[in-house]
Amino acid sequence: MVNIIKKELNQYFKGMFGYFFGAVLLMFAGIYTVMVNCNMGYASFEYTLNNMSFMYLILIPILTMRSLSEEKKQRTDQLLFSLPVKLSEVVIGKYIAILAVLAVPVIITAAYPLILSRYGEVVLKTAYVNLVAFFLLGAALASIGLFVSSLTENQAIAAGLSFAVFLFAYFGSNLTDYLPGTAAASLAALIAAGVVIALILYILTGDITAAAWTVALCVVVLTFVYRRNHRIFEGLFSRVVGSLSLFERYYVFARGVLDLRSVVYFLSVIIFFLFITVHSLEKRRWS
Amino acid sequence: MVKVENLVKSYSDAPVLHGISFEITENGVYGFLGPNGAGKSTTMNIITGCLSATEGRVVIGGYDIVEEPEQAKKLIGYLPEQPPLYMDMTPYEYLCFVAAARGVEKSEIRGQVERSMELTGITPVRDRLIKHLSKGYKQRVGISETLLGDPRVIILDEPTGGLDPKQITEIRDLVRELGKDHIILFSSHIMQEVQAISDRVMIIAKGRLIISGKPEELEQYLRRKPVITIRARASADEAARILATVSGIDDIELLEESEGFSAYKMTAEDYEGAAEKIFFAFARAGLALTTLEHEAISLEEAFLQLTSGMDTYSADPDEEQKVNTKNG
Repeated sequence: MVNIIKKELNQYFKGMFGYFFGAVLLMFAGIYTVMVNCNMGYASFEYTLNNMSFMYLILIPILTMRSLSEEKKQRTDQLLFSLPVKLSEVVIGKYIAILAVLAVPVIITAAYPLILSRYGEVVLKTAYVNLVAFFLLGAALASIGLFVSSLTENQAIAAGLSFAVFLFAYFGSNLTDYLPGTAAASLAALIAAGVVIALILYILTGDITAAAWTVALCVVVLTFVYRRNHRIFEGLFSRVVGSLSLFERYYVFARGVLDLRSVVYFLSVIIFFLFITVHSLEKRRWS
Repeated sequence: MVKVENLVKSYSDAPVLHGISFEITENGVYGFLGPNGAGKSTTMNIITGCLSATEGRVVIGGYDIVEEPEQAKKLIGYLPEQPPLYMDMTPYEYLCFVAAARGVEKSEIRGQVERSMELTGITPVRDRLIKHLSKGYKQRVGISETLLGDPRVIILDEPTGGLDPKQITEIRDLVRELGKDHIILFSSHIMQEVQAISDRVMIIAKGRLIISGKPEELEQYLRRKPVITIRARASADEAARILATVSGIDDIELLEESEGFSAYKMTAEDYEGAAEKIFFAFARAGLALTTLEHEAISLEEAFLQLTSGMDTYSADPDEEQKVNTKNG
């Protein structure tokens, strides 16, 4: 695995890519710091990071787009398949390399609150907790980006698709506010979500029975609960989307709260997406 | 060392391989010969664990490629049809990466990489980016990758594809050299190439292993009896009577009879001898031969007929079985 990490880092930093990514993120960190902390005079570095999290929408897809799609395009995945290494090692190795590239600008940003504190009051504790959360948010998004890049051999499509997914994660909870909050609407929306999940399952595994069972189970359980007590369905869909949204989870930190549930959530998202990335590669061999 | 049992591969509905089996125990160069789309690459991908088989199994050095992939893959070096190179690395970096992934001891990586670069003649370009190398050099970087970790089995999928004649000769020499202490399985759709460098040839067509044997045996199998055509100033009956007395000819067949002439076609093992006998037989009978010609099918043509339209010269199933079991 160390070998894979070394190779990936070599590829990131040999070309311009690793530097470019770090430079752009730092540039925005600088702009937002000047804007939020210096011009507007806020004492909280959290606000800066909070604003910056928007940049992830564009930067993370660029960071992860080529990771697996390029292997497929250049047929180097055949080398990886024929080497005596586990696919999980390949995926985790690549992921760790991505985290390392992400960590460089984040660590440099860690100096900003210290610098700012020389010129005024800065709440350092919340600033650093937020910086960790900021990194975790990036890490969770990167695991999704890595998964998306395993689906296609075209970098641009991988980037575009990740961007679309992130955009949905970013605005998703706002959009659900526009949906009717009645119990029946929530039930319908949740069943629709179940169907979408089953469809994704079918595309990934090609197993129609598993997909059908997912839909059936989803419909039966939801209708059963709905008939027992439809009150809990009121506004449920937007609450579910809100609690699943990575960005909503991150905003909790901006209020200066160290939310361990969110940390666990970020880590679960990472593990889940790395897991299905390995399976997505494995499937290529079995198709 | 390499045992392939009844490989079957189907994509959705279309079967690509219909049960390929063979076993290789000794070092040497083994050539997979077949037209494009015959299933050579698919077979190789399955042997190396890049692709799963629908049925059947592959055992390398006692390890099943699916059940114990790590042990099995350590014994194989594989060069796919398109060399799997990282374009933004130098050959030296690339080879170091592969060596480490194959589990070569850290202290030995340098030595092994340098040795394999020396053997494939890429030392002069070791620090150039792979994307700037010529096709021949890229191919050689691919071949030197297969040598790392000192695998017993080396599998090369069309190693000479797209190279110029000089490069082809060099790669062939290298393959022959490596075959002395490795099991080399290489594929090609060029018959002369396989014949020239293999110790054993396996012909694959339409997902089936048709023949496996030494190149000489293959030649024997493919060589068809030459066909002799004659035309004589005689009636069909007269000519048939005379031909019946000649030894060493078979499959006598009347082509046409008209205006006191008749034409026949037959096959003979030894063309020269048979032609002489026919000539004297007609001369003794006082009948004139106006045509006496023969036509031999080249090995290449026979191979093409064998692999493309298998019904044109359909190998007798019993005979096929015999050849397979003899060498299997």
